[in-house]
Amino acid sequence: MKKHRKQKLVVILMGFSFLAAAMTLAGFALKEQIDLFYSPSDIHNGLVQHDRSFRAGGLVKYGTVQRDPESLIVDFVLTDQAHDLKVSYQGILPDLFREGQGIVAMGELNSQGVFVASQVLAKHDEQYMPAEVKDALQRSGGYHQEDHPGSYQYYQAPEGSSYGR
Amino acid sequence: MWQWFHKWGSAKWFYQASAAWSRVFGYFALLFLTLGLVWGFVFAPADYQMNHNYRIMYLHVPSAMLAQITYLLIAILGLVNLVWKIKITPILARAVLPFGASCVLLALLSGAFWGRPTWGTYWIWDARLTSTLFLFFLYMGLWACYSLLPASMGRNSAYKAAAIVAIVGSVNIPIIKFSVEWWNTLHQPASIRLTQRPAMPASMYLPLFASIIGFYCLMVYLMLKRARLLLLEDELHKAWVKEVEPKLVGGS
Repeated sequence: MKKHRKQKLVVILMGFSFLAAAMTLAGFALKEQIDLFYSPSDIHNGLVQHDRSFRAGGLVKYGTVQRDPESLIVDFVLTDQAHDLKVSYQGILPDLFREGQGIVAMGELNSQGVFVASQVLAKHDEQYMPAEVKDALQRSGGYHQEDHPGSYQYYQAPEGSSYGR
Repeated sequence: MWQWFHKWGSAKWFYQASAAWSRVFGYFALLFLTLGLVWGFVFAPADYQMNHNYRIMYLHVPSAMLAQITYLLIAILGLVNLVWKIKITPILARAVLPFGASCVLLALLSGAFWGRPTWGTYWIWDARLTSTLFLFFLYMGLWACYSLLPASMGRNSAYKAAAIVAIVGSVNIPIIKFSVEWWNTLHQPASIRLTQRPAMPASMYLPLFASIIGFYCLMVYLMLKRARLLLLEDELHKAWVKEVEPKLVGGS
C-alpha cells in the first residue's frame, strides 16, 4: 500500500475507534436511562423514585392473576424470581398477556406499595412455534408453560451487573 | 484477484460488466423473494401465540437486516473512496442508498403493525426502536449529502464529506445490533443467529432464509442498476460513453 494511503487509512481508523470508545462510555454511563424498565428487584432496592411514573418489567407470576368480574380491573403479581411487585391495572390487556408471560407496565407506586399501571404491554420472546407442534406436545405431556416463560432470562441481571438486580 | 478487483474501478468496464450481473441478481431476487414470501405468508405454519400475525417477520426481519447491512456497505464504500479514491465507490454508495432507506422504513412500519397486536402498542422508545429510527435519519442525512452537496462544493469533495458522515454514522450499527442485549428493551433478542440454532423450526425459518437471500439479491440488483444510470449521468461527456452508448450522446 502506498504511504499516503496507509496514513489516511490509519487516521480514519483511529478517529473511528475514538468515536466508538466515546459511544461505549456514553452507553455505560446512560445505562439506567436507556433501560426501558425497572425489575421488581430494582424497585425493591430503591432504584426508583416513588413520586414519578416509570416502567416496571417482569414475569406475570403463576396463579396471581385476579380479574374483577364487574369491571376491567386486573390484579396480578410481577416477579423476577428474586422479588415480587403487586400490580393493579384497569383496561384492556394485550392478547399475549397471561401467567408466565413477560410484560412491561407503565405506572406509579401508590402508598401501599402497589404499582398502579396505566398501560400494560406484552413482551414477546424470540421463540416461535407452530400451533400444531404445541398441540402435539401438549397431548404427549411434553409441553410445560413454565418452559416458555416469556422472555424472562433477558431482564435477569447480567453477570457482574452493578445495579443489584 | 486484485486484477479482477481493479477492473471494477474502470468506469467503462463497470458499465459493461454490470449489465449482465444486475440481470442475474434481478432474476435471483425475483425467485427467492417469491419463494420466501409466498411460502412464508401462505404455507408456513401459524405460530402458537401470535397466530398468523407473526408472518410479518418474513418482511420485517430481512428489511431490518438489510437496512443495517446496506448502511455498513455505504460506510465501507466511503472508506475505500477516501483511502483509495476508486471512482466507482461513491456511485455505488449513492446507488444503494434509496434501497437502504426504504428497508429501514419498511422495518419500522412492519414492526409497528406487528407491535400493535403483539405488544399492545405501535411504538415505544426502547433502545432497539430508537436506534433504528436514528438509522433512518442517518440515511436521510446521507441522501442529502450525496444529492445536494455536489452542487455547492463540487462532486469529489461532496463525495468525501458524505463518506465521512457514513463512517461516523456506522457506530450506530453495533448499537442497533446489540441494543437488545446491552439494555433491557421491549423488542426481543434475535431469533436467528450465526452461532446458534434458530429459535423456530425449519418450516418457519426456511422461508425466512429464502426471503433474506431475496433481499440481498434485490439490494445488489438495484445497486448495480441504479449505479449504471448515475455513472452515465456523472460521465456523460467522457469518451467511453460515446463509444458504449452512442445514441445517448448523439448529435454532438
